[in-house]
Amino acid sequence: MLINPNEILETIRMVKMEHLDIRTVTMGISLRDCSHPDIDIFNENIYEKITVNAKDLVRTTEEIQNLYGIPIINKRISVTPIAIVAESCKTPDFVSVARTMDEAAKEAGVDFIGGFSALVHKGATKGDLKLINSIPEALASTEKVCSSVNVATTKAGINMDAVGMMGDVIKKTARLTADRDGIGCAKLVVFANAPEDNPFMAGAFHGIGEPECVINVGVSGPGVVNAALRELENPNLTDISETIKKTAFKITRMGEMVGREVSRRLGVEFGILDLSLAPTPEIGDSVAAILEAMGLERCGTHGTTAALALLNDAVKKGGAMASSSVGGLSGAFIPVSEDAGMIEAVNVGALSLEKLEAMTCVCSVGLDMIAVPGDTPACTLSAIIADEMAIGMINKKTTAVRIIPAPGKKVGDSVEFGGLLGMAPVMPVSKFSSETFVKRGGRIPAPIQSLTN
Amino acid sequence: MTSSRFIITVIGSDRVGIVARITTVMANFNVNIVDISQTIMDGIFTMIMLAEAPEENFDHAAFQETMASEGKELGVEVKVQQEDVFRFMHRI
Repeated sequence: MLINPNEILETIRMVKMEHLDIRTVTMGISLRDCSHPDIDIFNENIYEKITVNAKDLVRTTEEIQNLYGIPIINKRISVTPIAIVAESCKTPDFVSVARTMDEAAKEAGVDFIGGFSALVHKGATKGDLKLINSIPEALASTEKVCSSVNVATTKAGINMDAVGMMGDVIKKTARLTADRDGIGCAKLVVFANAPEDNPFMAGAFHGIGEPECVINVGVSGPGVVNAALRELENPNLTDISETIKKTAFKITRMGEMVGREVSRRLGVEFGILDLSLAPTPEIGDSVAAILEAMGLERCGTHGTTAALALLNDAVKKGGAMASSSVGGLSGAFIPVSEDAGMIEAVNVGALSLEKLEAMTCVCSVGLDMIAVPGDTPACTLSAIIADEMAIGMINKKTTAVRIIPAPGKKVGDSVEFGGLLGMAPVMPVSKFSSETFVKRGGRIPAPIQSLTN
Repeated sequence: MTSSRFIITVIGSDRVGIVARITTVMANFNVNIVDISQTIMDGIFTMIMLAEAPEENFDHAAFQETMASEGKELGVEVKVQQEDVFRFMHRI
């Protein structure tokens, strides 16, 4: 046989037992030709543009899933940041745009649509402010819309006025979705150095340097890496790194093949492959489990940052060898609510918010899907964001905050979102105030790029 | 890049007639066996076939469905996957 039977069985085992899947095929669509001062016409334009471009996306993706026998979990759409394309609309808010995006997403049959976004790392325009103020109601009145705001870059510094606003926006979003444990906040990300081609939600948007229409693919496989490591007999860390690299290579190859075939059939350019290790609530499909397979008693103990650094780097090396189109976030995700091992680590007291922050220095993306008490002040949320933005800005990497101040909940409670979003134990925050610091506003200037000690 | 060849894997507990019934379905769809290997690993029946579909009028979805339901009746799991997936994953 031309293909080794062991390789065939290995692939089948990865899919069947170890939850290997294509997490998402995301179609990026430019809305730059949709602008119009009349918001009703603008909404018609974007509805038409999205539904026409994405009309065959779900069907084609499902055909390919069946052809290759590899599950494709989500189909998604990302669009040009709405703050840019709706800027000229003469209305006080953009909530109707979010609703139109929601309807277009439902018509196309996709799971999520991202791009209710603004890029305000240096400063905000009128359109940016309208968008940011529309976020709570937009997320409360839609199902599939995801929102992101980029408040910092390495080249521009941190816009602390925007950071200050986002604390309030997150609080208000939680309040408006209080009946569902503040789920609106699970669809809102605050970024530093946001990538323009990320296929993962909630942070996906179609960047302004992107083509008219593009297919980006996100693969996932913490379960496969976890299983591969647990098969090794008494390995040293060099062996572990080597195994992660080889496994990441295989996962990436599969994603690249699927992405290219989807884009060929749709006649749409292939953009990037994002080889992030994105956990799911399934047992074993966990980044925490990989770290524990390396020899840590629990994720979050001393040594976790080093283990995560090794994992993240080895994933990138394996992926970069496998595909010339690697982009997006590409690394290990550490969303607490979506990872059974992380949840367990928080519950037994091994993993704290402070340790998670340290871990984000060496991995993608940031403080992700973290629930904190409902009475956490907005300025404390802003301060948490500011810390994370500083890590991204100084380390020239993407960082993000997706935090849920769970309404009415306190430390020891948990919130339940269901599906891929999972459940999150409510984690304590510092009881000391950051209010004066946050309220000062202004900008934290861009960092010096030399004298790096 | 798309090939008309498939890898068909049949995995489950051994019993009389698995090969006969699976290959009958393939013959009905005019699918040719290029290569075949079969082993029993730890009492589990494992058959791997490299098969070629006819170039015209081949209904991939119907073939896949019929193979899967035939497998269900036999108590084995049958997967039909295009060969590219294996070639691409393990080879440069």
